[in-house]
Amino acid sequence: MKKQVQIKTLKIEGRDVSATGEQTILQVALENNIQVPRLCFVEGLSNIGACRLCMVEVKGVNRLLPACVTRVEEAMEVTVFSERLDGYRRLILEMMFSERNHICSVCVVNGHCELQSLAMRLGVTHITVPYLHPKVAVDASHERFTLDHNRCILCARCVRVCAEIEGAHTWDFKGRGIETRVVSDMNEAWGESETCTSCGKCVHVCPTGALFEKGKSVAEMSKRKQYLPYLTLMREEARQ
Amino acid sequence: MQPFAGKPTPPTDDRRWKLVDAAMRKHGHEPSALIESLHSVQEAFGYLDERGLRYVALSLRVPFSKVYGVSTFYHFFTLKPHGEHTCVVCTGTACYIKGAQKLLDAVTEQKGIQAGQTTEDNQLSLLTARCVGACGLAPAVVFDGEVAGKVTPDVIRKWISKWSEPVIPQSAEVAAVAR
Amino acid sequence: MNLDELHEIAEQQRESDAPFEHAVHVCVAASCLSSRSDQVKNALEVEVKSRGLEHKCKVKGVGCMGLCAAGPLVETRSAKRTMYQSVTPEDAPAIVSSLGAQPVESLMLSLDMPFFAGQRKIVLENSGEIDPDRIEDYIAVGGYEPLITALTAMSPHQVIEEVKKSGLRGRGGAGYPTGLKWSTVQKASSDDSKYVICNADEGDPGAFMDRSVLESDPHRVLEGMAIAAYAVGASKGYIYVRAEYPLAVKRLKDAIRQAEKLGLLGSDICDTTFSLRIEIRLGAGAFVCGEETALIASIEGNRGQPRPRPPYPAQYGLWGKPTLINNVETYANIAPIIRNGGDWFAGIGTEKSKGTKVFALAGRVRNTGLIEVPMGITLREIVFSLGGGIPEDRKFKAVQTGGPSGGCVPDRYLDMAVDYESLAQVGSIMGSGGMIVMDESSCMVDVAKFFMDFCRTESCGKCVPCRVGTVHMHELLSKISEGAGSWADLELLERLCDMVKGSSLCGLGQSAPNPVASTLKYFRHEYEQHIREQVCDAGVCTISQPDEEMSGVEL
Repeated sequence: MKKQVQIKTLKIEGRDVSATGEQTILQVALENNIQVPRLCFVEGLSNIGACRLCMVEVKGVNRLLPACVTRVEEAMEVTVFSERLDGYRRLILEMMFSERNHICSVCVVNGHCELQSLAMRLGVTHITVPYLHPKVAVDASHERFTLDHNRCILCARCVRVCAEIEGAHTWDFKGRGIETRVVSDMNEAWGESETCTSCGKCVHVCPTGALFEKGKSVAEMSKRKQYLPYLTLMREEARQ
Repeated sequence: MQPFAGKPTPPTDDRRWKLVDAAMRKHGHEPSALIESLHSVQEAFGYLDERGLRYVALSLRVPFSKVYGVSTFYHFFTLKPHGEHTCVVCTGTACYIKGAQKLLDAVTEQKGIQAGQTTEDNQLSLLTARCVGACGLAPAVVFDGEVAGKVTPDVIRKWISKWSEPVIPQSAEVAAVAR
Repeated sequence: MNLDELHEIAEQQRESDAPFEHAVHVCVAASCLSSRSDQVKNALEVEVKSRGLEHKCKVKGVGCMGLCAAGPLVETRSAKRTMYQSVTPEDAPAIVSSLGAQPVESLMLSLDMPFFAGQRKIVLENSGEIDPDRIEDYIAVGGYEPLITALTAMSPHQVIEEVKKSGLRGRGGAGYPTGLKWSTVQKASSDDSKYVICNADEGDPGAFMDRSVLESDPHRVLEGMAIAAYAVGASKGYIYVRAEYPLAVKRLKDAIRQAEKLGLLGSDICDTTFSLRIEIRLGAGAFVCGEETALIASIEGNRGQPRPRPPYPAQYGLWGKPTLINNVETYANIAPIIRNGGDWFAGIGTEKSKGTKVFALAGRVRNTGLIEVPMGITLREIVFSLGGGIPEDRKFKAVQTGGPSGGCVPDRYLDMAVDYESLAQVGSIMGSGGMIVMDESSCMVDVAKFFMDFCRTESCGKCVPCRVGTVHMHELLSKISEGAGSWADLELLERLCDMVKGSSLCGLGQSAPNPVASTLKYFRHEYEQHIREQVCDAGVCTISQPDEEMSGVEL
């Protein structure tokens, strides 16, 4: 029997939009070209609601909701941009910049880095909190790629794509809180990983220059992750 | 390097691996038994060494990075062996108010190590716990697994001095008096 | 196992207890054990035997009697009851001599003192009465009757109705209506399994209520879980216990085995079609695993990182199935509610907060330990009557409730009736029950810094606001406490509090700013004094060399 698809209508930023019952606020917003700020979201990967940039205000709800995991409801009224929300987003970006050693001045503002682009868009040109200056390493042991922890924002895109799409689960996180770091296998050099297939998906989903292809300069490096939803779909089909 | 297929064999002949096997078997070798299995390794060997982690990973079919991630997330697990003696100072609210910091300072003064560290000669590890549940007896310290309440810097110093003494075989009576 | 057989066991136990003229109860819960109460018990047994009194006098290990500061506690019961404090093995002869004769004055504690007389015990009613290692003791005081009644004479719906009528609210801290939660899980359709989980990851530093219940009356918790599982339709249960509570784990494991042996747990319980298997799962040192989705992640074998809610565990919980999670104390209230009826429970407490609450009283108060009091009692009664007031008669400053997620309540609210709503109104929370009393020797900036340090090290790291925000807030609090803070720092601190509270993923991050907000609300002058004058009135903070450029810089 064909499953009934429920259609819902709601307002986002004052505009009337329609959605199917299972869609999230973020999905519907993006369909209607409302660019909700986000960093941990990638179409084709599971949603974890970690970066907290996509938080939105919903009329009648007394707390903010993450657009990437919140399903739409009939007659919802969603506000994406407000003074409070934008203020939070700027402060969250400041948190990210302070957490590691991002030297953005060497990177051309050409849209290749999602963190840089978002900062430009939201008007974060400097930070008002002290830099934490953690001492973190650069792992250049892999033949084709490099991981620079100084530019990592712990969005877990690399972890998710390797576990969910490639299936190798080479990446994961070690430690917790501010001590969290991305690790490959048993905290080994990437180049010595027994599980990595060198597919490069992690490099392409990484929103910053933390993961990059060797031999490419900062200006040249552009990432391609548009094929991910296709891969996700193919995997689901194959599993059935 | 062990192959990924087939049944993994324990890293060594040490009979304690049988305890770990029993724990994993009890939970049907399910991936969700990871934390229970890591507990059994730490209980048997005192800490989680890399070979143990790999063995559990292969036995339960859990990715290496995930096992590493889980074992480093939880503060109860340690990837390095503790010293011969452990001194766990409770830093819960009640103990903090009653002066837990002074207890930590006393050890640092005497042995030169901070919380989380072990002395050079591997003799003593100073650790903290976020509450051992003995709040009525604050400040509490666990000396080699034994909970002691209403501890003062003097009491800590006495324990450490006692541990620092060279171990001479004693008759049971002498040992009882010394205690 | 049916009611008749249960009554038989109870009768047998009572008959075997009857011939004893005297009973000596020795507390063998963790606090007293750490003061060697096991040696006290041995010494008493040896003394009784040496005088040939083993048929007249029963020496029994029992659970927590509450006044932990005065342990090891021993209670003798002859014609009347006498409580003894700080008992050592050497006191055994004197205590045995006192049975049926004059009490040992030097060790005596008055049972009339408010600490004991002012309590109303429901959750802790068996604690200190029964031997936690023996199921027969539990049955002899009516244990497991409510379970059999529920299974044979009530429908799951009727059970839920009683719980709803009782007005019981989650005792883990959030105070969510328990009956409503059960009914949500019960309604959740599931073609296969549902789960019940007991959250015994008591991580609040300063809280040891759950620990005491588990060590002193484990069957009470098992029975509560079984009744809950019947009500919601679950057949598998997990108790997630902190690894730091090995005695609780042991007592639970023994209790489960005993219950299974008697057919009170396992398959086809009491010859009905209801089955429940309960397993213990160990925590491993992560406060965040007290959060229900993180707890679920941990049982699944993952890092204890919370997941966004909705979906709530009642719909999508352990392994995606409908799951009921309740706190230890919540489950411990269930059997009495089924026995006496929901209306009976609702007759205790206030309008919106029914029943009793177990509080762990600690800090600068004379009688530190566990108390169970009806909701609506005032803070003054708790601190100055049951608590015995502040040692050295120092001045009361504040009471911290709710652990690192809570706030400080100052003296102007001492006559406030303690319940969920009133505590929330003054900027704190009920929390799990930890109550830390503070006097003038505490610096509130230091207290806020302590709790922020805790949140920072316990943060799971998943979301940016909590992971990085708590680090910056702790840095700012340290700076202010050292006398190196500026007005700009205070402003930034408040901005960060707002952002972290408003956008964090889970309760840990959302409530991490609470102690700061609360101390700023009632003790702002302390922050200002640290900044303006580089002085810590309480004498707690180590003030660094005053920096002329930093002091008094106004924006």
